[in-house]
Amino acid sequence: MGLELYLDLLSQPCRAVYIFAKKNGIPFKLCTTEVFKGQLQSKEFFQINMLRKIPVLKDGDFILTESSAILIYLSSKYQTADHWYPADLQARARVHEYLGWHADCIRGTFGVPLWTQVIAPLTGAHVPEEKVERNKTAMDRALQQLEDKFLGDQAFLTGQQMSLADLMAFEELMQPVAVGYDLFEGRPKLAAWRERVEAFLGSDLFQETHGPILNILEQAVNKKFPKPSPEVYPYILLRISRIP
Amino acid sequence: MGLELYLDMLSQPCRAVYIFAKKNRIPFELRPVDLLKGQHLSDAFAQVNPLKKVPALKDGDFTLAESVAILLYLTRKYKVPDHWYPQDVQARALVDEYLAWQHTTLRRSCLRALWHKVMFPVFLGEPVSPEMLAATLAELDVTVQLLEDKFLQNKAFLIGPHISLADLVAITELMHPVGAGCQVFEGRPKLAAWRQRVEAAVGEDLFQEAHEVIMKAKESPPADPTVKQKLMPAVLAMIG
Repeated sequence: MGLELYLDLLSQPCRAVYIFAKKNGIPFKLCTTEVFKGQLQSKEFFQINMLRKIPVLKDGDFILTESSAILIYLSSKYQTADHWYPADLQARARVHEYLGWHADCIRGTFGVPLWTQVIAPLTGAHVPEEKVERNKTAMDRALQQLEDKFLGDQAFLTGQQMSLADLMAFEELMQPVAVGYDLFEGRPKLAAWRERVEAFLGSDLFQETHGPILNILEQAVNKKFPKPSPEVYPYILLRISRIP
Repeated sequence: MGLELYLDMLSQPCRAVYIFAKKNRIPFELRPVDLLKGQHLSDAFAQVNPLKKVPALKDGDFTLAESVAILLYLTRKYKVPDHWYPQDVQARALVDEYLAWQHTTLRRSCLRALWHKVMFPVFLGEPVSPEMLAATLAELDVTVQLLEDKFLQNKAFLIGPHISLADLVAITELMHPVGAGCQVFEGRPKLAAWRQRVEAAVGEDLFQEAHEVIMKAKESPPADPTVKQKLMPAVLAMIG
């Protein structure tokens, strides 16, 4: 049994893992695990990950969660090009520095608009307007720090070449973009970075990975996005209640 | 100028970095940054870390923020014993997995437990509603249980038979609610036994030294009004 990746392409960290594996020609079996169909709540999935989260990597008997750990594992095992996770002491430190800040300031923040604009209305959950506003402020602040502290005058977030940091950041930023927020307006440096990342990934891989998330808004608007399964409602309500 | 570490032992990640550097006899200049006086918000400190947080590292011209990045930088530069961050790809991945998971889970709930139980009322003079405190302590309870059930299980240390960065980061986090008077190890014999093993592996003297400040958190004198005003926005942003 080869490498298996449990992913839902609606999820930002799942997309980062998917793109990395595809871009580097890493052979794997895609085990699509759909959040809104309640597949994280199944007994079978609990055996894979008791935390009921994705992405998950299964390599023979070895099971690994957490997207950054998965990306680092794949880069080591498959000896991917150095720029993804540089061997240089300081360059690698910059990737970890970004990933630490990302966990606090990007993850959790940029996923909110999908929940407030698409998922909450579908489930009838109410989200106070002040939470939506607070989230916009948080995203603005994070984008400013992303630009000032990380990107600066570099081509990519941790140097002149694309790394795991850019992949993680890019996928988080795609989430609100997919539901219609123009994060890059008035931010030409970040917009240029985004274009460099997209150019590096290539349009085929980009389309393939972002199909589901880019379709979600249209589906929601046309009432074509299926109502989430009942078993996933408690998780949805919990996620929504955790929005600061 | 050699390695400088900008730390305040009140901060959990600072304790992990301090213990790691001392345990591995990594020579460094300690640059204290007093969080409760707002020194991390100064322009001078922003030159070291524009994110205005501790820990921060300065090695010649190279500055570095984020505790996990700092721990890994020290690990690689000073070629510490393998068990801290194993060369074996799968063992290392388990350390990476823990370090990633803990960020928004244990770290967050330990921080909130300290601030809601002690620092808000005692230091900032701001009351915390019983409901808020109860919710925070309940969240702490859930994450500590996950630490035991998902990560520790029946192993001696979080990823296997030897202490690693995962254990160091976890124990320094848990000392936050311990300092606040929460009995996180009560009714958890497996976790309590793990704690003993970690403290023994680190060395009792070093462990005590690193935790002197947090164990006195309940005795923090109240902040003076100007300091409080300076700190409030950063505190609120920090605890989410």
